[in-house]
Amino acid sequence: MVTIKELPREEYLLKGHAACAGCGPSIAIRLLFKALGNKVIMVVPACCTTVIQGPYPYTSVAVPLQNILFESTAAAASGIVAALRQRKMEDITVIGWAGDGGTVDIGIQALSGAAERETNFIYICYDNEAYGNTGMQRSGATPYGAWTTTTPSGKRERKKDMPFIMAAHRIPYVATACPSYPIDFVEKMRKARDIKGTKYIHILAPCPTGWRYDANKTVELGRLAVQTGLWALYEIEYGKFKLNSPSDRLVDKAKRKPVKEYLQLQGRFRNLTEEDINRIQQWVDEDWERYRKLTSNSLSDATLHGKI
Amino acid sequence: MAQMIIDTANHIAGYAAKAARVKVVAAYPITPQTTVVEKIADFVENGEMDAEYIRVESEHSAMVACIAAAAAGVRTFTATSAHGLALMHEALHWASGSRLPVVMAVVNRAMGAPWSIWSDFSDSLSQRDTGWIQFYCADNQEVFDTIIQAYKLCEDERVFLPAMVCLEGFILSHTYMPVKIPEQKEIDDFLPPYRCGWILDVNRPLSHANLVSPDWYMEFRYMIQEAMENAKQLIPKIDKDYGKRFGFEYGGLLEKYKCDDADLVLVTMGTMASDAKIAVDSLRKEGLKVGVARVRVFRPFPTEEIAKLAEQTKMLATIDRHISFGMEGFLSSEIKASLYNKKNRPLLTGFIAGLGGRDVTSETIKKIAKKSLKQMHAGKVEKETEWVDLRE
Repeated sequence: MVTIKELPREEYLLKGHAACAGCGPSIAIRLLFKALGNKVIMVVPACCTTVIQGPYPYTSVAVPLQNILFESTAAAASGIVAALRQRKMEDITVIGWAGDGGTVDIGIQALSGAAERETNFIYICYDNEAYGNTGMQRSGATPYGAWTTTTPSGKRERKKDMPFIMAAHRIPYVATACPSYPIDFVEKMRKARDIKGTKYIHILAPCPTGWRYDANKTVELGRLAVQTGLWALYEIEYGKFKLNSPSDRLVDKAKRKPVKEYLQLQGRFRNLTEEDINRIQQWVDEDWERYRKLTSNSLSDATLHGKI
Repeated sequence: MAQMIIDTANHIAGYAAKAARVKVVAAYPITPQTTVVEKIADFVENGEMDAEYIRVESEHSAMVACIAAAAAGVRTFTATSAHGLALMHEALHWASGSRLPVVMAVVNRAMGAPWSIWSDFSDSLSQRDTGWIQFYCADNQEVFDTIIQAYKLCEDERVFLPAMVCLEGFILSHTYMPVKIPEQKEIDDFLPPYRCGWILDVNRPLSHANLVSPDWYMEFRYMIQEAMENAKQLIPKIDKDYGKRFGFEYGGLLEKYKCDDADLVLVTMGTMASDAKIAVDSLRKEGLKVGVARVRVFRPFPTEEIAKLAEQTKMLATIDRHISFGMEGFLSSEIKASLYNKKNRPLLTGFIAGLGGRDVTSETIKKIAKKSLKQMHAGKVEKETEWVDLRE
C-alpha cells in the first residue's frame, strides 16, 4: 500500500493554474500526476481542464498534452497509442482525461469504440455531475433532483451508470475513485497503468461553484458522498467486482450515513422534498443490495464476462 | 524498376499511402470510398505495409485519430466521402488549426437528401474554409502522384497544413486505368521521413491547442493564411520536380490545354476537364479557338494564374459540378473574385452540370462552348448561371 509520504514531491500540475477555488478536478489532476509521474501523454477535450491549463502562451500542466474536440478523447488516445506503437515507445502511458459531459454524453461513442478495440490506455472521467465549464447545465451524470441551469427545478431523471456500461465492454479494469481518498486514488491509477488494455476510472470530483457549497468543503463533500453510500469505491478487475476500503464496510446499512447529510450541504439540492430524499435513499439502498450480491457472486460468473 | 499496374483510383490511393510509408491509418467505411481502406487493410494484414490500421467507429473519430497520431509523430492517412466528410467537418478545423500534415483521399459524392451515392463536389467544396489544401485529380495516375506530392507539400515547414486529395466517386474511384508506380527507393528519395512542426514528447512537454485569448487568436489564423500563400509558391515547384523524377506533371495549380491563342476558355475541375479536352479538340477542327483550364488546386486558389489567363482571352466559361445555393457555382464566384481588380476583364458565364453523378459528355461540353461563343460574339452574357440539360 502507498502512503502519502511515499508520493513523489514533484508537481506536474504547476502553481498558478486557473481552476476555481476548491476545485475537485484540480486536486484529482495533481494526484494523478503524483501517481503516474511525467512519462505520460494526456488527452483533454473541451472541459474545465481546458481552462485549468490557462491560456496560451502559458500552461500549468508539465506533461505533453493534446487538447481535442469534445466528443473525441478516446479517438485521439487511439491515434496516439497507435503512433507510439509504431515508434516503439509503448512504455509511455496514454491518459484520456474528460469530464462527465464529454464521457457519458457526447464522448460515449468514441469511448465505446476504443474499449471495443481494446485500446491500451487509461480513460478517466472526472465527474462533477454537470457541464461545469459552460456554467452548470444538466448532463447524463447529473443526479436526480439536482438543480442545474437547464433543470432549474431539479433534474427528474437518474444518473447514468457509466462504470457498469464500461464494465459491459469486458475491459480488464473499471474502477471508481474520489480525490477525498488519495491513497485509494493513487493505487487505482498505478494498477490501471500496469494492466494492458482499456482501463476506465470514474472519479467523483466535487465542484463548489456548481454544487453550491463553500470552497473549503470539497474534501469533506467527497468523503460524505462515500460515507453515505452515494458514491461507492469499487473495482471491477477482469470482471471481478470488489468494494474497496472505506466502502466495503458500508454493505452493512447501519454503517452508512443518511444521504440527507450529504444532500443538505449543497445548494443544488435545496429544492428537494422529503419525498425526493426518501426516494434517493431508497435507490442508494437498492444499489448496495446490488453491490452486496456482486461481492458474493463474482461478475466473472455472472453477466459481464460470461463465456459466449 | 517502376511498375505498371492497371487498377481503380481507390486502390491506387491505397498504393500511394503504402508508397508514402504511412504509419497510422484510421478509417471508417463509406460508399464509394470503401475500397481505398479495404486495400490498405489488405496491405497491413499481409505485411506489405508497416502501419497501424485503426478501425474506428465513425469518420469523426477517424479524423481525430489521424490528428492525434500525427501529433504523436507519425505520417497518417485516411479516406472518406460525402456524409463521412461532413461528419469530420469539425475535426478538419482542428487538423489545420493544429498545423498537422494529415493527408486524406476524398472520394467525391453528392450530399443528401435525397440519398445519392454518385459524384459531385458538394462534399469537399463545402469544406472550403477549413484550412485544408484541396487537390482535384483528373485520372488515376494523378491520384497516386498527388498523394505523394501532398505529403511533400504538407510536411514542408513553410506549410504544415493538412490536404485532401479529391477524386470523383465511380468516375475514377471504380474505374481501372494503367498507372505507373515508381520504385520505392525513388519515392523515398523524393519524400523524406515524416516531419511536423511540434510533437507530443515526454522530454519536451507542451500543452497543445489550449485556450487562446483574443489577444492571440488572429495571429494563429494569419499564420494559416501565410502557409496557404507559401503552398501556392511550392505546389508548382513540387509538381515540376516530381515531373522531372517520375515523368508526370500537372501544371501546378492550374492545368492549361490549348489556351495560348484561345478566345474562349472553359474552366472546370476534375474529370470534366478530360471530357472538355475532347470537346476542344473537336471544336478546334471546326476552327473554333477554345481551350481548357483545369483548376487542380482549389485551396489555395490559383488567383494569379486565372488573372494571367484572363488577360489573353475574351471569355471564360466555368462548368461547375457543384452549386452554392442562393448564389452560383463556386468556381464562378472564385474566378469573379480573382478578376475583380483587373483591367480588361473577359466575359464570364457559368454552367452547372453533372450534379449527383449525371453524365457530362464531351458533346454536352461542346454545346456549352458553342453557347458561350455565341454570347462572346454578341459581347454580352445572357445568364450568369445556367443549368445544363435540366428537365423542364
